[in-house]
Amino acid sequence: MTAYRLLLPAIPVIVITAVVSGQTPVTFDRILRAGQEPQNWLTYSGSVLSQRHTPLTQITPDNVKNLELQWVFQARSLEKYEATSIVADGVLYTVQAPDDVVALDAATGRVFWTFNYTPSSQARPCCGRVNRGVAILGDTLFMATIDARLIALDAKTGRPLWNIAVDGAKPESGYAFTVAPLVVKDKVIIGTAGGEYGIRGFIAAFDAKTGKEAWRFYTIPGKGEPGNETWAGDSWKTGGASVWVTGSYDPDSNLTYWGIGNPGPDWNGDNRGGDNLYSNSVVALDADTGKLKWHFQFSPHDEFDFDSTQVPVLADINWKGRPTKVMLWANRNGIFYVLDRTSGDFLLGKPFVEVNWTDKLDEKGRPNRVPGKVPTREGSLIAPGNQGGTNWYSPSFSPQTGLFYIPSWVNYTSNYVKQDAEYVEGRTFGGGAPRGTILPGVRSGQFLNYAKEDEGYGAVRAIDPKTGDMKWEFKMTDFTDAGILTTASNVLFSGGREGYFYALDARTGSLLWKATVGGRVVSGPMSYAVGGRQYVAVAAGSALFVYALRQ
Amino acid sequence: MRVLICILAFLFVPGRLSAQHEYPATDVENGGRLFQGTCAACHGPDGDGVAGVDLGRGQFRRAANATDEELVRIIRTGIPNTGMPPNNISEINAGNIVAYLRTIATETRSASAPGDAGRGKAIYEGKGACASCHRIKGAGSRIGPDLTEIGGQRRVAELEKSILDPAAQVLPSQRSVRVVTRDGVTTTGRLLNHDAFTVQMLDSKEQLRSFQKSSLREVTFIDNSPMPSYRDKLSAEELSDLVSYLVSLKVQVKP
Repeated sequence: MTAYRLLLPAIPVIVITAVVSGQTPVTFDRILRAGQEPQNWLTYSGSVLSQRHTPLTQITPDNVKNLELQWVFQARSLEKYEATSIVADGVLYTVQAPDDVVALDAATGRVFWTFNYTPSSQARPCCGRVNRGVAILGDTLFMATIDARLIALDAKTGRPLWNIAVDGAKPESGYAFTVAPLVVKDKVIIGTAGGEYGIRGFIAAFDAKTGKEAWRFYTIPGKGEPGNETWAGDSWKTGGASVWVTGSYDPDSNLTYWGIGNPGPDWNGDNRGGDNLYSNSVVALDADTGKLKWHFQFSPHDEFDFDSTQVPVLADINWKGRPTKVMLWANRNGIFYVLDRTSGDFLLGKPFVEVNWTDKLDEKGRPNRVPGKVPTREGSLIAPGNQGGTNWYSPSFSPQTGLFYIPSWVNYTSNYVKQDAEYVEGRTFGGGAPRGTILPGVRSGQFLNYAKEDEGYGAVRAIDPKTGDMKWEFKMTDFTDAGILTTASNVLFSGGREGYFYALDARTGSLLWKATVGGRVVSGPMSYAVGGRQYVAVAAGSALFVYALRQ
Repeated sequence: MRVLICILAFLFVPGRLSAQHEYPATDVENGGRLFQGTCAACHGPDGDGVAGVDLGRGQFRRAANATDEELVRIIRTGIPNTGMPPNNISEINAGNIVAYLRTIATETRSASAPGDAGRGKAIYEGKGACASCHRIKGAGSRIGPDLTEIGGQRRVAELEKSILDPAAQVLPSQRSVRVVTRDGVTTTGRLLNHDAFTVQMLDSKEQLRSFQKSSLREVTFIDNSPMPSYRDKLSAEELSDLVSYLVSLKVQVKP
């Protein structure tokens, strides 16, 4: 047998060797202690506390201007790139929409393997054939697909280990999975999207080894269960309450927290009288059994599509002189909340953008509704508008600054028009049409932007969680779908619809650096390190861009 | 560097000769996968499952002396009023299936009697020590080819040949590579990917590795197979048993 031997010319060069400290199985213990291995990004929001904050400090406010593009991964997909990549021991795993997994060398972007999956043509996700990323446990990756399947892959080779249809979640009925799974102990937890199709939402946990369903929590209680009485008649059967953004986990209480989407039909609540639990709520579930420990409903009987699918951000802060385990939540309804995450008690609620549908919250945090501010046949102007004061975009909490950072939609309304809604399986079940009150521009997916500031704008807003007061804001002319990353060295990274990726001083909001990425940023930046070098990755348009300091 | 690229380009045009054409090995490999996944359910893994038709020997009922283009058309549109349905498959993929059929028509088919898959499994796990390099359903090593679905990917004759003479045919996706860094560290593994400046592999410790070629003093593509021959290690009966076990490892159908 002939071995072809290639002798390379011995030119002296500065060698950037891929330093391999070795890939070892990602145990749940490693995921829990993610802060001790800041070179890795092992779960959607960086840790089970979901602060989207990296302990890495190589990139600082002083040197961030020296960031340089290291590599680009161009997805073979024109769908929105909503996935947050994860990195384990020098290997980056990302999702090419809708449901292809790609493993790349995190230092160079060269591809190790791809797993290509063609979802059923019956899949009908409401808002793009998107996916928000994979989860890892041991040597196994987990991806939830838009045709409502959960797939486990060998992280070393991309080979499927199992591929299951989730019981009762028929893609032809509108069930679709876009969420990045959350691993807790030996289970993989996901939820279902489909809130615009009259589904009955749920969160479910699966055995990581076999894919066997371990528990399920319906986000709408069934007949005879507490909360079912908050839905008139049979409206609970088609009430939506979807789940499409990754939850969090508190190891001290063994609770996993998930945000729940809007009730359906979205814009016409006439036939679903009541509070419509657990739509637009956060639920705290026992991670072993899925049993409900507590819930808090942000927007009872919502008719504005104010999904509460935001990432539950867990922080330990000093609350009125006492160290307190809290949950920070900037809601799509325009209000920033602080909850006690152990008891579910309401601690604070304050608008972070203009809000006209409620004028105050009671002592339990329940909003008082402003008369007349409901969708009507003629149309009604509601602030914030249909995309909310924020949406699913990842916020960040920095323990260094103590501030909470929100991708915000400021100073705009939508005209809420109510229409009749009839449930037909697999068809949209909206009951209305919220109309934008803003000019076409970059914000509506076009290249040109004519909007004025008083017609609404996007911003990064920094909030002091202790008071709910805004400390600073960084304005864009256009709205933003970009998540936010903060670093322990007080750098904040984000982007927006205008096609920039930028760094701010997390203390002051002043612009430190920007790069043009030529497309909308529709996911959250993340950070990792290989061989002692810190990288920052952001998806924009159809591509993933990775930066590091110039060497 | 240009010289290097030229040599690599030469290496990557391996050809397989048939009476009519020369088909790229990657086309044949892809065609085999497609054939075993799409066609073998009716035509059998050797292509002789339909009476009067023996695809693996170039024997067609309605397409004698057909050109490649005609076969591509039949694969895509089917034959009306027969069991041969139209297939939603691209022209390129159909062409790869034809390349595969043309290729196996030149090869010898197994003449051995079917063995006992249960005994074969015991040989796989015991005497053969196959799991020290291969993997089935997540158990075993990732160094060699994963065998979870091998029964749907390779014919009996190919499996026999691979066990007796592993180096005779190494699929492009299963090539091995060896690199030596400037400071003399040698790493060997399964080639995953490479370009003008870098090379990626799954190394012998099952680590995903990427190297800058500028940091290497040697990159060697290993044509030989790291697998030992079992010619003198297994009896004819044991070989049949082992092959029968491998044939039983089929594509997992989606529930």
